[in-house]
Amino acid sequence: MSDQNQPTKDSRRWVFQWWDLQPVLVPLYALLLAFIVGGVLIALIGVNPFEAYWALLRGMFGTPERIAGSIARSVPFIGSALALAFAFRAGLFNIGAEGQLLAGGVVAAWVGTWAFMFDTPAVFAIPIIIAAGFLGGAVWGGIPGVLRARTGAHEVITTIMLNSIALFMTRWLINSTDPLILRDTAASVPRTKEISDRARLPELFDSEPPLHSGLLILVLLCVIVWFVLRRTTFGFEVITVGTNPHASRYAGISVNRIIVLAMVLSGGFAGIAAASEVAGTNGFFQPGTFAFIGFDGIAIALLARTNPLAIIPASLLWGSLLAGAPLMQQEADVSIDVVRIIQSLILLFVAADAIVRWVFRLKGDSTGSLATGSAGWSST
Amino acid sequence: MSNEMGAPLPGSLVGTGLGEELGLTRRVGRRQIVGGLLGLIGLILCFVVAPNLSSETKSIAFEPPPDPLQVNFNPVVVVAVIGALYVITAVVSFLPMRHDRIALIAQLVASALAVPLILALGLALSDAPVTNVTNLFDESLLLATPIALGAMTGLWSEHVGIVNIGIEGMMLGSAGVGFMTYAVMGSATSATWLWLSILVAVLTGGLLAALLAVLSIKYQINQIIAGVVINLFALGLTGFLRSEVIVPTGNSKGVATSEIGIPLLSQIPILGETLFTGGPLHFMMYGIVFLTWLVMYRTPWGLRVRSCGENPHAAETLGIRVILTRYQSVILGGFIAGLAGAWFSMEAQSGFEDNMTNSAGFIALAAMIFGKWTPWGAFGGALLFGFARALGSRLQFLNVQIGDFAIPSEFFQSLPFFVTLIVVAGALGRAVAPAAEGQPYTPSK
Repeated sequence: MSDQNQPTKDSRRWVFQWWDLQPVLVPLYALLLAFIVGGVLIALIGVNPFEAYWALLRGMFGTPERIAGSIARSVPFIGSALALAFAFRAGLFNIGAEGQLLAGGVVAAWVGTWAFMFDTPAVFAIPIIIAAGFLGGAVWGGIPGVLRARTGAHEVITTIMLNSIALFMTRWLINSTDPLILRDTAASVPRTKEISDRARLPELFDSEPPLHSGLLILVLLCVIVWFVLRRTTFGFEVITVGTNPHASRYAGISVNRIIVLAMVLSGGFAGIAAASEVAGTNGFFQPGTFAFIGFDGIAIALLARTNPLAIIPASLLWGSLLAGAPLMQQEADVSIDVVRIIQSLILLFVAADAIVRWVFRLKGDSTGSLATGSAGWSST
Repeated sequence: MSNEMGAPLPGSLVGTGLGEELGLTRRVGRRQIVGGLLGLIGLILCFVVAPNLSSETKSIAFEPPPDPLQVNFNPVVVVAVIGALYVITAVVSFLPMRHDRIALIAQLVASALAVPLILALGLALSDAPVTNVTNLFDESLLLATPIALGAMTGLWSEHVGIVNIGIEGMMLGSAGVGFMTYAVMGSATSATWLWLSILVAVLTGGLLAALLAVLSIKYQINQIIAGVVINLFALGLTGFLRSEVIVPTGNSKGVATSEIGIPLLSQIPILGETLFTGGPLHFMMYGIVFLTWLVMYRTPWGLRVRSCGENPHAAETLGIRVILTRYQSVILGGFIAGLAGAWFSMEAQSGFEDNMTNSAGFIALAAMIFGKWTPWGAFGGALLFGFARALGSRLQFLNVQIGDFAIPSEFFQSLPFFVTLIVVAGALGRAVAPAAEGQPYTPSK
């Protein structure tokens, strides 16, 4: 990394550090560069990139409804990215948010249809459904954690396998008619019954998809996780285990306990995101709605450099790009996939800030790569 | 990461002798737990499952229908015998520590017996009287093709010290670009262009790997991010190419590679026809696995590659050009991923669909870790996965029922994932990755 540059740094730099805007400027330049490259691609297929981007921008923020829709689209990403970032901090590469979302979502939807949820006031019903989501995700995330701690089974393998298992199992739970498990037989597509109105998260803005108060829950969760990692013993232990498990063991930290807890919490965060989607957006569970949310969470967590607070703007960027893309396709006839390319370029240029500095002739050192999660598989 | 139960730790404590000592003093370790579970399964098989099965004679065939060679058996007997063997294995597992090797062998045999057990159970619980096992193995090998190739990509990259999460993206990207070339240049019919397009796919894989190499070697960005970038980029790019280039040509479906028979081997009676006739890329897979092992473990260059992944500074001291070797090895891996991509869009079927690799790259990664970073181990992992998938679809096809309860197809579809999970958790334990993996390398001045 850039360690060897540190001691030789000009002492004048300390003076300028007060107004050093580079931490903000470089990501903005990275964004600009990603859009320039994407624009070249759009121009190649014979469309005016400015028209396409104008349509994209209006799709994202054109009207108050669209702004709210963009934010709403970002809400689940906050949860899945937070889940992954937290596991990354503990040195665990949890690719399983996809499965944990499904597990949390299906449990939340099941609990939401319990008879007593229809008579409970919302003050109790909402925490119960969120807790149900947390539990579902936590169990699904806890399995790889326990396996890792007890048998050494690598979490990359186990979480990938559990993703597929969750997909097939939830599909069965909501498809099966004999025996009838969770399927709403009145609905034309396989999905669960509507959850109780009492458990529905209050809507903040009537947009498409609706902006619901799950946003507040997940933002609060980000702040809490940030605080826990920054200011508590548990957070310190998590980061220490993630940075150097051998040293942690000698320091008296129970590495296995931290690994299991980190995976349980990580899965739980994904489960909360799923519960907020079930209780806020749809009112029922359908596996298809969670496709790619877990995988995009990996990218967002890395884009935010696993900082829980940075996840919020990173998710907003991600979700609003996806929300704006259909209008770009409609008006400028550019495939939605351009947005995916731009997203990958944003991640690329934010991570490889040396490229951005070179293109825009910025001075200063590369901030180096992410400290955690960069040691590959072998950090155990 | 130590196991507080005191199980031996390959790689971390073994050198100090402490690991072995802990291993000897343990009372209940992995072997005993696996043994206990096997014993329980054995008892259930003998006393619960076997008595309730129908004793109708079933058969296993080795050849296609007209006059097949087949073996008849009574499922009750087979299930009861395997159950008894499981109980014996359990007893052996609880012998004193010095018989550990016998216990290990017994458990390996017991695991292998799961195959006839599942087949016998599946047949006994379905209406079908016969099933073809040669076909089943052929399907397993076929399904293992992209997984094994992807795992080789992972090996070439990881043994030189670069974490490769981007296998999925390399496969998907080369599947898309390869088929696009075929659709545009060859109108998806020309045989010459088919092979040139496969070459294009291979080169695309190499190009994406070069991107990974530049990002992680030159720019030294976090290698996991670099891999995720490649996955995302490939997903976007191929989606874009499909809707903007492939679909407008009207050649969304084409002609796939034609089957070939391996000379001599395909003449072998009974098995040859099925096992040694197939797609050319499928047979190339065996060659690539063999060559990967040969080059990586039996040539000087292979030793250099591995030394760059274990200790790049020591390698540099010996005059090895670490940076160059890293580029070479990662890009070589990319070519292999390109071939796997070509298998998806030009051999398994002819056509490209969005996200058609469907996590095969991640499963390849799992197969590689499963095989503890060795070519044959990774190949074994790919085979296991392919076999579980073939078995799952076979059982689904047999329409297995327990009483009135028809086992849902989703259970069989998730079978390969369950099997991998259980094998990884139960039998494998810790794997040791190349030591310098994930660490950027700056040559000393």
